Amino acid sequence: MTANPDTDDSQKSALSVRGLTVTLPDGMERAHAVKDVSFDLERGQILCVIGESGSGKSVTANTIMGLLPRVIGVSAGSIMLDGRDIIGMDAESLRDLRGRVVSMIFQDPLSALNPLMTVGAQVDEAMRAHGIGTPASRRKRAVELLTEVGLPDPALMYSQYPFRLSGGQRQRVMIAMALALEPSILIADEPTTALDVTTQAQILELIRDIQRRKGMSVLFITHDFGVVAEIADSVVVMEKGHVVEQGTADQVLKSPEHPYTKRLIAAVPHLTDKDRPSLQAKGSGTVLQVEGLTKTYRSGSALLRSLRVVPAVREVSFELASGRTLGVVGESGSGKSSLGRLLTKLMDCDGGRILFEGRDIAPMAEAEFRPLRQRIQMIFQDPFASLNPRATIGRILTVGPIAHGMPYAKAREDARALLDLVGLDAGAFGRYPHEFSGGQRQRIGIARALMFKPTLLVADEAVSALDVSIQAQILQLLDKIQRETGVSMIFITHDLRVASQICDDIAVMQRGRVVEMGPPSQIFLNPKSDYTRELVAAIPGERDERHALAAAEG
Amino acid sequence: MTTLTADQAQSHWWQSRVMRRFRSHRLALLGLCMISLLTLACVIGPYLLPYDSLYIDLRARFAPPFSGDHYLGTDPLGRDVAARLLMAGRISLLVGFSAMILATMVGTVVGVIAGYRGGWISAVLMRIVDGFLSYPSIFLLLALAAVLKPSPMMITVIIAVTGWMEVARIVEAEVRSLKEREFVLAGRMLGLSRMHIMFREILPNVTGPIIVAATLTVARAILLEAYISFLGFGIQPPLPSWGNMLNGAQQYLASAPWLAIIPGIAITIAVSSFNFIGDGLRDALDVRNDTV
Repeated sequence: MTANPDTDDSQKSALSVRGLTVTLPDGMERAHAVKDVSFDLERGQILCVIGESGSGKSVTANTIMGLLPRVIGVSAGSIMLDGRDIIGMDAESLRDLRGRVVSMIFQDPLSALNPLMTVGAQVDEAMRAHGIGTPASRRKRAVELLTEVGLPDPALMYSQYPFRLSGGQRQRVMIAMALALEPSILIADEPTTALDVTTQAQILELIRDIQRRKGMSVLFITHDFGVVAEIADSVVVMEKGHVVEQGTADQVLKSPEHPYTKRLIAAVPHLTDKDRPSLQAKGSGTVLQVEGLTKTYRSGSALLRSLRVVPAVREVSFELASGRTLGVVGESGSGKSSLGRLLTKLMDCDGGRILFEGRDIAPMAEAEFRPLRQRIQMIFQDPFASLNPRATIGRILTVGPIAHGMPYAKAREDARALLDLVGLDAGAFGRYPHEFSGGQRQRIGIARALMFKPTLLVADEAVSALDVSIQAQILQLLDKIQRETGVSMIFITHDLRVASQICDDIAVMQRGRVVEMGPPSQIFLNPKSDYTRELVAAIPGERDERHALAAAEG
Repeated sequence: MTTLTADQAQSHWWQSRVMRRFRSHRLALLGLCMISLLTLACVIGPYLLPYDSLYIDLRARFAPPFSGDHYLGTDPLGRDVAARLLMAGRISLLVGFSAMILATMVGTVVGVIAGYRGGWISAVLMRIVDGFLSYPSIFLLLALAAVLKPSPMMITVIIAVTGWMEVARIVEAEVRSLKEREFVLAGRMLGLSRMHIMFREILPNVTGPIIVAATLTVARAILLEAYISFLGFGIQPPLPSWGNMLNGAQQYLASAPWLAIIPGIAITIAVSSFNFIGDGLRDALDVRNDTV
């Protein structure tokens, strides 16, 4: 990456994009998906393209791969690849370049692999499509590739179907497929966004390692500056289809110039060594006390000998004082979401006690629990699936209280007041969910949970689906709400940085058990269990800070 | 159709896109026009014609179409075919629509409950659906029609009984996938009753497939009514229906072919129009058909 992209040097750069403009069809929110975008990807370097959703970073990647939908067209600019302009190239030559010169890995390893083909067959197909090798030589090469991406027992893995693999392993298979034809350029479109922190760290390391060994050039698309700090040689920052800043990773991270870059970097949650100033003195009354909570999933049937027993939550105990926030962190499958659903009684537990304000709600039947339900509310993960698409915001907010006997006029008044509290204007009342962005929808979800003036709020990955900058706003909002209403919170997340921002205490879960519990300062700086240490070490972009903090401690 | 317009009033974005796709479906538009014209003719037509459908004029037997005042000719008793065709249309369309509404309601309720509750409730309900599906429906229709007294209402009920299973299956599958969405969990969190979640939160999200299934059910119901009336088990003369008009015409096929051709054309137009509308709606409501 050169600071001045106009000095064209196609010998040095593997990929050079000049004045790229992609037009959107009429009626979209803006006329261009990307406008006048120029950058160079140097040989043997990793270039990160960073921006929020809608910034045009994925459109840029798809244009390079020639994967744009037909209605969206490139209206100006050039993309020089190995000295050839790929814009206006015919479909057949593009297909030949794809895979051989440029390869791509996608965000969602779950949907990018064909579920009906074995892993080996899919790696094989990438080579066969370009007419390379014999069946025997391709098979040998495929096993080599699977070894190279660090999959255990590659020969066995060759004949496995994707559903048997974990998310991280699938992403490794995707990388093996992308590497099959030894491309000189690898495009990675948010390849770690759907993964856990520890898996993310492993995949980033793998990409970095392969890039170094093969001298490949990597175009890495992400929305997370933590990832940028971890992997990038140079950075391009995009906002609303424009490049607002570019430079080396050090330049952009340490001394950002454009206000948008500054804002993005400031929004990245960081670990802190200071615990959150507590709202109320500890021991000011216990809202929730959980003892030996257990849940086991059973699927299949004993009769057909297909019974599968999966322990989701095992002997979990903790206490939550009023006005405080307990963070529950762990990887996917650690049982943290199951715990959230048990506490809100959206799922029944198999054993243990849940004492809510002194009453054990675990054995209660739905009818008995119904009046208490209003006091324990939940904020959901997916801002798109958690609001009924066929109901107005007004109805979404008021339907609960009205079902519990509140008169409509009062419910409407409360709803308008809450919309104001969560930072939406009262006009939102009569509109539909699809008219709002992800962050706004999450605000609506929060308002819905607050309609009953609950004493306990369970937030299940409430900010995980949002951009970093929106995340920060929602966290601030939750903090403000807690200060104003004194509500207690259980904050479930896989992101330790987020947890460190908002929690008074953190419980680390692994395979259904709480392995460590304590204030953030202890969890992050002085972790007791190996698992916690592993999780903390995997946080992207925190190496320097951790060292600094540890040095300050020592 | 009324449900569809209600949805459009609620949602502008949705409306424009679905309506645009529907409008681009030529056959569906044609079907809509034909059905509207046919319905209009059946509703007001009989008042404008010079003869009553039951008026017997033995001097004018077997008048061919376009002769004098009998625009579509007369039948073996000298009754005006045009008047009978439109009166029959009232009954056939009414039976078709009512059977559709009945079948759709039953199918929707069964499908929503089976899809949402799951477990043994779903197993029992869906096995009942399978049971009805595995029984030859024409045979069932004829058996029931032979035992019960065939009035238009009874025919409607019989047709609905043999036609609700498809809707139930479609709705069950949709609801089963919808109930995993977080907004359903959110409804439970708010303490909404099961009925409320099933019929006021989930159901509005299934209207698209239901409307499509309903249009196709109308076509099927009209055809079935014609079929059993033609066999003599349906609507009984002198009350006309398209089916029993055909029945009355079969022995005069050589001498007065218009007696069979005219109600035949009416049935064809009605059934194919509803099928076209159904196809158009299916394409229009399917987001995957968006040309992006």
